Amino acid sequence: MAPVPMPLRNPGFLPRHAFQALFDALHRRGWRVLGPAVGERVVHFAELASAADLQSGLGDVQSPGRYRLGLSDGPRWFDWTVGPDGLKPLVFPPREVLWRAAPAADGRLHFTAEPPDAPRLAVLGARACDLAGLALLDRHFLGDVAFDPGYAARRAALFLIGVDCNRSGATCFCASTGDGPALADGYDLGLAELDDGFLAWPGTAAGEAVVADLPLTEASPTHLGAAAEATRGAAAAQRRALPSRRLASALYGAMHHDRWAAVAARCLGCGNCAMVCPTCFCHGHCTEDGAGAGEAIQVREWDTCFDPAHSRLHGASVRDGVAVRYRQWVTHKLAGWHAQFGRSGCVGCGRCVTWCPAAIDLTAEVAAIVGETGDD
Amino acid sequence: MTRPDLPRSARVDQRVVESPTIFTLRLAFDDAASDAPCAFVPGQFNMVWLPGVGEVALSIVSDPADEHFFDHTVRRVGRVTTGLDRLRPGDRVGVRGPFGHGWPLARAEGNDLLLLTGGLGCACVVSVIRYVLRRRQRFGRLVILQGVRHAEDLIWRPQYEAWGRAPGTQVLLAADAATRDWHGAHGVVVDLLDRVRLDPRRTIAMLCGPELMLIAAIAVLRGRGLPDDALWLSLERNMQCGHGRCGHCQIGPLRVCTDGPVFSYAAVADHLGVHGV
Ligand SMILES: Cc1cc2nc3c(=O)[nH]c(=O)nc-3n(C[C@H](O)[C@H](O)[C@H](O)COP(=O)(O)OP(=O)(O)OC[C@H]3O[C@@H](n4cnc5c(N)ncnc54)[C@H](O)[C@@H]3O)c2cc1C
Ligand code: SF4
Ligand code: SF4
Repeated sequence: MAPVPMPLRNPGFLPRHAFQALFDALHRRGWRVLGPAVGERVVHFAELASAADLQSGLGDVQSPGRYRLGLSDGPRWFDWTVGPDGLKPLVFPPREVLWRAAPAADGRLHFTAEPPDAPRLAVLGARACDLAGLALLDRHFLGDVAFDPGYAARRAALFLIGVDCNRSGATCFCASTGDGPALADGYDLGLAELDDGFLAWPGTAAGEAVVADLPLTEASPTHLGAAAEATRGAAAAQRRALPSRRLASALYGAMHHDRWAAVAARCLGCGNCAMVCPTCFCHGHCTEDGAGAGEAIQVREWDTCFDPAHSRLHGASVRDGVAVRYRQWVTHKLAGWHAQFGRSGCVGCGRCVTWCPAAIDLTAEVAAIVGETGDD
Repeated sequence: MTRPDLPRSARVDQRVVESPTIFTLRLAFDDAASDAPCAFVPGQFNMVWLPGVGEVALSIVSDPADEHFFDHTVRRVGRVTTGLDRLRPGDRVGVRGPFGHGWPLARAEGNDLLLLTGGLGCACVVSVIRYVLRRRQRFGRLVILQGVRHAEDLIWRPQYEAWGRAPGTQVLLAADAATRDWHGAHGVVVDLLDRVRLDPRRTIAMLCGPELMLIAAIAVLRGRGLPDDALWLSLERNMQCGHGRCGHCQIGPLRVCTDGPVFSYAAVADHLGVHGV
């Protein structure tokens, strides 16, 4: 996914003081606006009532195993890099009722699909890596193998306002996976932030309708140049990288590498990496009592390949230790995905590196395991 | 599939005790037109939901041409299977399916069939045996090799005896631990291959059971000249959804639920037997 060259975006300029017009255009169409806000000491998406709720100088400092909020001066609202949540929980909630079952008077079981809770949400501040991750979740939940009506309903109710990243965190490596820091695809409305305002351009027909409601002026060559320079600078600042080549045969050829055991000595098997990953989709099903007499509900909940029960078979776990569980996570994401989805499952967001309590760095582990022996 | 994947209500018509821990449930859909057969290919499986308890993957062991009914043979191992064992005729379960790819029966037509199974592995090929015996003239020789750890684990003993008397059919049984009334061989099922005549140009092998047994059998069969595309195996993994979404049943890049559970050996050779895959 190459970044869309600036002329193709054909953006207009939205002065910062006129930003409320975007909120008004979204609210008029029935979208609640989720945007960056501080909660639980991280930047996450929360409902914003108006442009006045946007906080200038909101930022963060991230490194392996570490996340701190940081405030800077300056007018900007989008200088933060990704927090732990991203878009995944909006389309694939951590817990979801799939269906209800109750016996009828004649004993037959009656099954009812749970109507999905699919609020119309506009997400202000979707990042390039998260849009790439969402495109992968779309393929998984809406693809040929399986179609998920709840996911489809939530996804269709989203309006995505992408914002170019002008800053990279120390754990970001989207430039190497080809997924950022500039927006490429998957947004309804694209924004690039400058001190005095935003470049704004549509990505879809829905985005065009919203753009038509904005008091845009012509973007000056200075604006266009500054925006392009900012994403180039963010890419150049990244110090981590995942080889952009296909890693499938290199990883499948390294199933017995010593490094798996070495990482297992540090890995707690907590599954944080999979929970925060925008593309991890594993889940389990369980049956619980419903509210009505004799009613049962079938619940789907997030699960990870780090849980010993994930691979339980005949009284034991097929993946019977942390080394093979960590290996499963890495080989599925970076090797198996090529066969299943036509690309790697990593979009370079760096969350697994930041949120690992043991500060395990995926890029370092992969480099140690495949060296320079990738396929192409 | 654009509708939600909901279970259908099914009634227990009959319950057969096969051994102290193994039983068969004969089920009928409540909503099906009464003479509509359950559409599946031998080797496919259903997700069977026990009200209030949970859902498990179970192979379908009946013949697809059976009208009204379909059968599941279950080993009682845990929460759901213990609950299923308590069901009696008239009780209800929910059924989703059938899922996965079945055995390559169209390819097998006109050829000899070798079925080699261990443990309850026989469940996923019993449907094949029934299928072939009802359409006997379409297939060549049928060789059935079944191994169990203890002689008393062997279920369907009368059926095996009846199958062994069918034309063009050879049945050999092996038990690691034999009892006094055991007429089969003493040892592992793979050793039974020494006693079987195989024409490598016209034999399709269908294998099911513990993975170490599968690997040993494949080594022998390849040594006897069977090409890789004549070797088929049914694999098992933990399974939650049945349709490729939950991520539990992966073997390398393969999903047992949608790419299997029946695989050609060529498709899984790279991943089979690697510890922790
Ligand atoms: C494609 C497929 C076809 C199958 N066909 C049959 C069949 O025809 N007959 C039959 O008796 N069983 C079959 N199984 C196995 C059956 O699904 C499990 O025995 C069942 O899920 C156990 O559920 P439980 O609630 O009783 O056990 P749990 O309480 O969940 O666990 C009890 C024991 O079962 C093991 N277990 C849990 N889940 C599975 C699983 N999915 N597969 C295997 N072991 C598991 C656990 O490790 C534990 O030892 C099949 C499995 C698959 C994947
Ligand atoms: S593997 Fe890590 S860096 Fe890659 S997408 Fe997942 S969380 Fe982000
Ligand atoms: S790599 Fe880190 S985040 Fe992932 S399971 Fe291990 S300790 Fe937890």
